[in-house]
Amino acid sequence: MDYITWRSFYTVLVFVLFIGVVWWAYSKSQKKNFDEAANSIFDDEQPSSMTSDSTEQESKNNE
Amino acid sequence: MSQTNPLQIEYNLKVVRQFAIATVIWGIIGMAVGVLIAAQLIWPELNFETPWLTYSRLRPLHTNAVIFAFGTSALMGTSFYVVQKTCKTALFSNKLASFVFWGWQAVILAAVITLPLGLTSSKEYAELEWPIDILIALVWVAYIIVFFGTLVKRTTSHIYVANWFYGGFIVTIAVLHIVNSMAVPVSFTKSYSLYAGATDAMVQWWYGHNAVGFLLTAGFLGMMYYFVPKQAERPVYSYRLSVVHFWALISLYIWAGPHHLHYTALPDWTQSLGMVMSVILFVPSWGGMINGIMTLSGAWHKLKTDPILRFLIVSLSFYGMSTFEGPMMSIKSVNALSHYTDWTVGHVHSGALGWVAMITIGSMYYLIPRLWNQTQMHNVRWINIHFWLHTIGVVLYIVALWISGVMQGLMWRAVNATDGTLTYSFVESVVASYPFWFIRFVGGLFIVAGMVLMAVNVYRTIRAGKPTVEYVNAPVATNSPAPSAATQSA
Repeated sequence: MDYITWRSFYTVLVFVLFIGVVWWAYSKSQKKNFDEAANSIFDDEQPSSMTSDSTEQESKNNE
Repeated sequence: MSQTNPLQIEYNLKVVRQFAIATVIWGIIGMAVGVLIAAQLIWPELNFETPWLTYSRLRPLHTNAVIFAFGTSALMGTSFYVVQKTCKTALFSNKLASFVFWGWQAVILAAVITLPLGLTSSKEYAELEWPIDILIALVWVAYIIVFFGTLVKRTTSHIYVANWFYGGFIVTIAVLHIVNSMAVPVSFTKSYSLYAGATDAMVQWWYGHNAVGFLLTAGFLGMMYYFVPKQAERPVYSYRLSVVHFWALISLYIWAGPHHLHYTALPDWTQSLGMVMSVILFVPSWGGMINGIMTLSGAWHKLKTDPILRFLIVSLSFYGMSTFEGPMMSIKSVNALSHYTDWTVGHVHSGALGWVAMITIGSMYYLIPRLWNQTQMHNVRWINIHFWLHTIGVVLYIVALWISGVMQGLMWRAVNATDGTLTYSFVESVVASYPFWFIRFVGGLFIVAGMVLMAVNVYRTIRAGKPTVEYVNAPVATNSPAPSAATQSA
């Protein structure tokens, strides 16, 4: 494979990989993991009124 | 949690405290040097006929102090804090972390000494000579080991998105620094770049723009993804968007460098590629900005009462502004007007003072009370005053330089219709810029005044408190002989 062909192939490959990342990030199966990850930074705090706030926020991942 | 449980390990907050103090001190010094050189543009006598104090030597000192002393200290400190908190484990090595702090301060001190002496490689944002470059590389390798070592020993399954941004910043800066600093030393204090001509220029701006993209953007986005949700007390608007944001940003930024070399000896196709990649960068940049700002969705009222949140959210507005302006300025026809004028300087400062400094200041106001066992800063009203001093300063600065930049661009390109000669001499554009340089100087005074107020607030907070000692439950080793350990660690 010469240099130009390799570069063309590589460009298409990166594009396909990026579409793959988007598809993966927005797939239904990841929703629960991502919601947990987004809330994980609050683990070190006492449970407070925050929980009522966060339910509203989680729904944004449903779009 | 006053007594140590054998199943608990202590967070290393000492190195975070050290970096937090360094951030505030270097911030004042770096910005004060900036104000001095802004004043020198209006009153050249302020160099006091001393070579060490000339504009040409102090300008790199200013940029190095704000980017590498203020900004990078903030990044190192917050990344060590965030990686420990989100991975629920202590740093990989306290000794190496300490080396990162003291090594980095040594680098800054070396810069403070060598740059006024006129020792420079003359590469913008990479002025430091080769022995210091080697020290930077060593410190950075230690930083990589501590940060990624901590990620490896994490007790959580997921790596929180802030760490992805910090990690991207750390790895990329290592690569950029090592490649761009390749040089042939001719003496202990002088070296020549390994690259020549247009290649040297391209390598330099591949480095330069990605220092903006990965240090001043990706690193501070890591800060944003932790401190904005924490201060707003709600999770990030869309975690999915943050994943796409990360991959889009890092795969696009690396190509944008050539827009610094429009209409130069760089091949035309490279310039056009750099332009297209810079324009498309608008998309992930605004995706990230929206993700940060919308985290407040449904809780906008918090902005009314919380000055720290105000710093964080307004920093994102400036980020949105400068990442719209940047792609626009990278378009070749716009760049023909804007390049080499004050517009560029104004653009950089809307990013550096608006985005980078404000997100840092907000994060420090969040972090400092927590590092010294306090619930809040000594005086919350002062945070609000600082917010307004800083905001007024930034707005004065960037508006003044927009006007003078566009004016300079128009004056330089104006030609007389009759014979095609230039309408204005260069010095006429300098004279016309004076009023705007004065406004910029006043804006700088506002900003430094705010930073001094912050330093007093920080000092009083630290004096009132004592260093926080915080533990995290250690993971239970799988081969642990004690079955009771599992219940205790929960």
